[in-house]
Amino acid sequence: MFLSSLIILPLITALTILLCKGLKQVRNVALAGAAAQMILAFSFLIQYWKERAAGNTSQMLFEYDHTWFAPLNIHYHVGIDGISLAMILLTAFVVIAAVLVSWTMEKLSKEFFFLLLFLSVGAYGFFISLDLFTLFFFLEVAVIPKFLLIGIWGSGKKEYSAMKLALMLMGGSALVFVGLAGLYFNTNTATGAYTFDLLQIAQMHIPVDVQKLFFPFAFVGFGIFTALFPFHTWVPDGHSSAPTAASMFLAGISMKLGGYGCLRVATFLMPDAAHAYAPIIIALATIAIIYGAFATMMQTDLKYINAYSSVSHCGFVLLGIGMLTRTSINGAVLQMVSHGLMTALFFAAIGMIYSRTHTRLVAQLGGLLKVTPFISTVFVIAGLCSLGLPGLSGFVAEMTVFMGSWQNPNKLYRLATILACASIVVTAVYILRAAGKTVMGPMSSAYDKLTDATWNEKLAAGLLIIAIIAIGVAPFWLNDLIKPGTQIIMDKVLSLK
Amino acid sequence: MNNFIIALIPLLPLATFILLGLFGRKYFKTSSGIIGTASLLASTAISIYTAYKYFFVYGKVNGVYQPITALKYTWHEFSPNLSIDMGILLDPISMMMIVLVTFISLMVHIFSLGYMKGEDRFATYFAFLSLFSFSMLGLVLSTNIFQIYIFWELVGASSFLLIGFYFYKPSAVAASKKAFIVTRFADLGFLIGILILGFQAQTLDFGVLIQRLTTAGSPQLIGITTTSFLGISLLTWALSLVFIGGAGKSAMFPLHIWLPDAMEGPTPVSALIHAATMVVAGVYLAARLFPVYAISAPGVLEGIMYIGAITAVIAAIIACTQTDIKRVLAYSTMSQIGYMMFALGVSKYGGEDGLGYMGSMFHLFTHAFFKSLLFLGAGAVIHMIHSNEMKDMGGLRKTMPITHITFLIACLAIAGIPPFAGFFSKEEILLAAFHGNKFIYGLALLTAGLTAFYMFRLYFSIFWSKQATAEDNLNVEGFASEHKPHSEGTWSMKIPLIILAVCSLFAGLVPFANYITSDGASLATHMDLTFSIAPVVLALAGILLAAYLYKNESDKSTRVAALMGSFYKAAYRKFYVDEVYLFITKKVIFNLIGRPAAWIDKNIVDGSVNLLATTTGQISARIKGIQSGQVQSYAIYFFGGIIGMAALFIYLWM
Repeated sequence: MFLSSLIILPLITALTILLCKGLKQVRNVALAGAAAQMILAFSFLIQYWKERAAGNTSQMLFEYDHTWFAPLNIHYHVGIDGISLAMILLTAFVVIAAVLVSWTMEKLSKEFFFLLLFLSVGAYGFFISLDLFTLFFFLEVAVIPKFLLIGIWGSGKKEYSAMKLALMLMGGSALVFVGLAGLYFNTNTATGAYTFDLLQIAQMHIPVDVQKLFFPFAFVGFGIFTALFPFHTWVPDGHSSAPTAASMFLAGISMKLGGYGCLRVATFLMPDAAHAYAPIIIALATIAIIYGAFATMMQTDLKYINAYSSVSHCGFVLLGIGMLTRTSINGAVLQMVSHGLMTALFFAAIGMIYSRTHTRLVAQLGGLLKVTPFISTVFVIAGLCSLGLPGLSGFVAEMTVFMGSWQNPNKLYRLATILACASIVVTAVYILRAAGKTVMGPMSSAYDKLTDATWNEKLAAGLLIIAIIAIGVAPFWLNDLIKPGTQIIMDKVLSLK
Repeated sequence: MNNFIIALIPLLPLATFILLGLFGRKYFKTSSGIIGTASLLASTAISIYTAYKYFFVYGKVNGVYQPITALKYTWHEFSPNLSIDMGILLDPISMMMIVLVTFISLMVHIFSLGYMKGEDRFATYFAFLSLFSFSMLGLVLSTNIFQIYIFWELVGASSFLLIGFYFYKPSAVAASKKAFIVTRFADLGFLIGILILGFQAQTLDFGVLIQRLTTAGSPQLIGITTTSFLGISLLTWALSLVFIGGAGKSAMFPLHIWLPDAMEGPTPVSALIHAATMVVAGVYLAARLFPVYAISAPGVLEGIMYIGAITAVIAAIIACTQTDIKRVLAYSTMSQIGYMMFALGVSKYGGEDGLGYMGSMFHLFTHAFFKSLLFLGAGAVIHMIHSNEMKDMGGLRKTMPITHITFLIACLAIAGIPPFAGFFSKEEILLAAFHGNKFIYGLALLTAGLTAFYMFRLYFSIFWSKQATAEDNLNVEGFASEHKPHSEGTWSMKIPLIILAVCSLFAGLVPFANYITSDGASLATHMDLTFSIAPVVLALAGILLAAYLYKNESDKSTRVAALMGSFYKAAYRKFYVDEVYLFITKKVIFNLIGRPAAWIDKNIVDGSVNLLATTTGQISARIKGIQSGQVQSYAIYFFGGIIGMAALFIYLWM
């Protein structure tokens, strides 16, 4: 199959939007484009299953390789395995939901939807890249539009937040680039040329001291994207100032770019260093989980609550990667998908509440279940997913991380696992406090006339909820999808012991 | 028998939940009650049929009931030997539980048809009831320790939804949060216990797990007992942690604080969840893993015994002082579950020594009937009086004859008066305690006397006491006159009361020891009349004392309370356990962990980021003057540089 269609399709959609006139045309094109993305993503899933059923066991499917810049041996090399496919599906779901919740975006609608779809170009490109240079290129594509989205359509102290987010993520990219360049100059192919090719580098053995030197650059660089403590402070400000759709994209997809990079690039290509730095990764991840959870407990703004809880939940991703067991890595990937869907749903619900009540402060809200049962139910479902209720995706992902982490017999790591487990109690506290005050309890008479969700909001929430339940009720399909990919990574990591 | 039909037992309520949850408000506003009840009726019928088949047709092999895995499906595989399998386990206790859960749930459904009539969120209510029934049935049928954890959490969530059903009442919201968070805290122990057990036994399947951890000399048992942490073996850790989970759900002291508050939910819900089914989940879990506790970790089992007995006594004392009738029943439930727990604790595995196990399960069985009857009866009273307070009640025996008689039967049953159901099960427990541990036996006797006293305090206060007429009762302030019901409720409310009263009368006659024992082989029990004298006399004394104090309106009870002084006050304030919790959560955790974490994040972590940015900004502001673009100033720097370097060279050369 033609993998590059995943990049071309959103690009065409974005360019078509520029030719449109008025909000109606713009949003219809955007929705059609997002729907087409989703169809494409699912057709890749079906093709993938077919290939695997036919016995194709190669690591990457649908590969395409074309020399991009010969002097530096840069290729446009794409291909996907189950992990990338899971991320692609996640992106498709979040993008369509983001388009739907922005249905009435009056202000500079053309530019807004253009940027939104342009972001998805970056995300898809990143997930399918097998060449480190192209991967980096798409990472950058997925950063810059966010600056504009927050700076122009944001709220609150948006200039500060936009600047902070852009600078911190740019800093992360810079670190990533150092890490990638370090890898590049230490490769040696049969022809003697350096290479950026991920699969080729994976076959080589990069000298251990080189790995130890460049692993921190790559891991911290990507880690900043996924809220690695203490580089997480862009998350609360960035999310809270961003317009709803941008928050959804930011938390749902952008933070996953980091986790994916930590796994696919840092850990897979520098496994010796991953072993060596595991204690630090685990320590930072555990701090993020516990500290993020307690910090969430003290927040009063719904968006800050979800942003800090994202710090805590993304800690599970890093914990799973740091533990380096087959199960924990699976858990990390499951958590990426689950968190992406859940946090997008949460931000969507918060956006719906905000657009009606014009406040996000928990103290000012109350009893919304009475007037807006649909939105309130969505809010509660997102909350329950966040606190790890079985039947929703969060439970499966967290339990896999816990189970996998426990398989690492190191006593201190087990203590870290216990601390991580303890965070689910804190999560229950802050989620129930937020839900208990926002959708339950007595209602202020000011909210008597609120209207419930419109069709587009219902569709957006419905799609995300279906995906969350599809993973929560039947986790085996996703687990089977990602397992071959994570096993190859772990084969390489564990062969070193 | 087709195993998929058994799967319908939990799946029918699930289907009802989905149907009513999605479309109930729109399409089944009035019919949702009937739909829910009908689906549960079908579930009950299949349960009874399945249990019948198990107990009388195929369950017994060579005189011993065997556990049978009827269905098993790998749901989520962690690693090749650790996977969550969704399945159905048929064994004596799971069979008893499905019958009990479906039956009580059915009674509650029927009762709710009348009780919740006219409620705005009628369909939602039945959807939640169905969700709860599904979760509870899934829990009892679990084949896998992770499967039971999944349903365990779902039960907690549906309990949260039902307690918070009146979501606009702040007290209901607070109670639902409290219930969820306290049990969640306990479940953390359960989860870590599962992690240890799963890793050490290399399986999550109950059957294999129990077999590996009870066979002397198996590598897994050696591994888990020889590895220790802080000087305590991993097995002890794991089983204690799992029990903490069970203690949370079963409201064992000191994790009980959520149960009395949970009475904020609609009363039929209290009958179903907080009396007969969910709160016994902890007992069920301990019974499920009983062989491991009894054979490999008797120390933990002893701990369970003490916690159960202490809970039984403390809750009984508190129950004597409460004035809200639902809270009295809540503490009574706590006390009776304590009974079941210590009965497990005094028991050993197999044969005659397993009497406590059998007694515990027997009491679980009979308790479900009379306790749900008590709650539904209380519900009928509250429905009529519109108040939970004893002082608003009195003399209701004439206006509510059916409620009165059925309530009396339930009170006699729980007090352990022969030949009512509670007598038989309590007798087995007392006998087991007598042989197991004399101290526990003493506490159990004390509790038996207290139980009879507080139950009849409740009975006399509701149905006797004031010689008031119904009209007087209805003039209690706080409800409008148009709400005055003229009778004791609809037939849909009375029928469950009558059915449950019949069960409370006869459930004790079931030859329980033939069917449910610790090792599956039937057990010969003998009723020793002389042994029964002490508990029955104590119970009668309790009843007489209650009659003396409460049958007629007088100030005798207040005088007795005054005599007890500060002890009465402490019991009335529930021994200040809630206050201790409040102090720890509000003062310690929020102020010492939460606030500093938020402060550090804002000021130190983010502060250093901002500091970096401002420093960069300031430095660049200083440096930018240098690159002013003015040729004159560049010339000055240039010549200044030359002069400086010349001076340097001259200095060095000199």
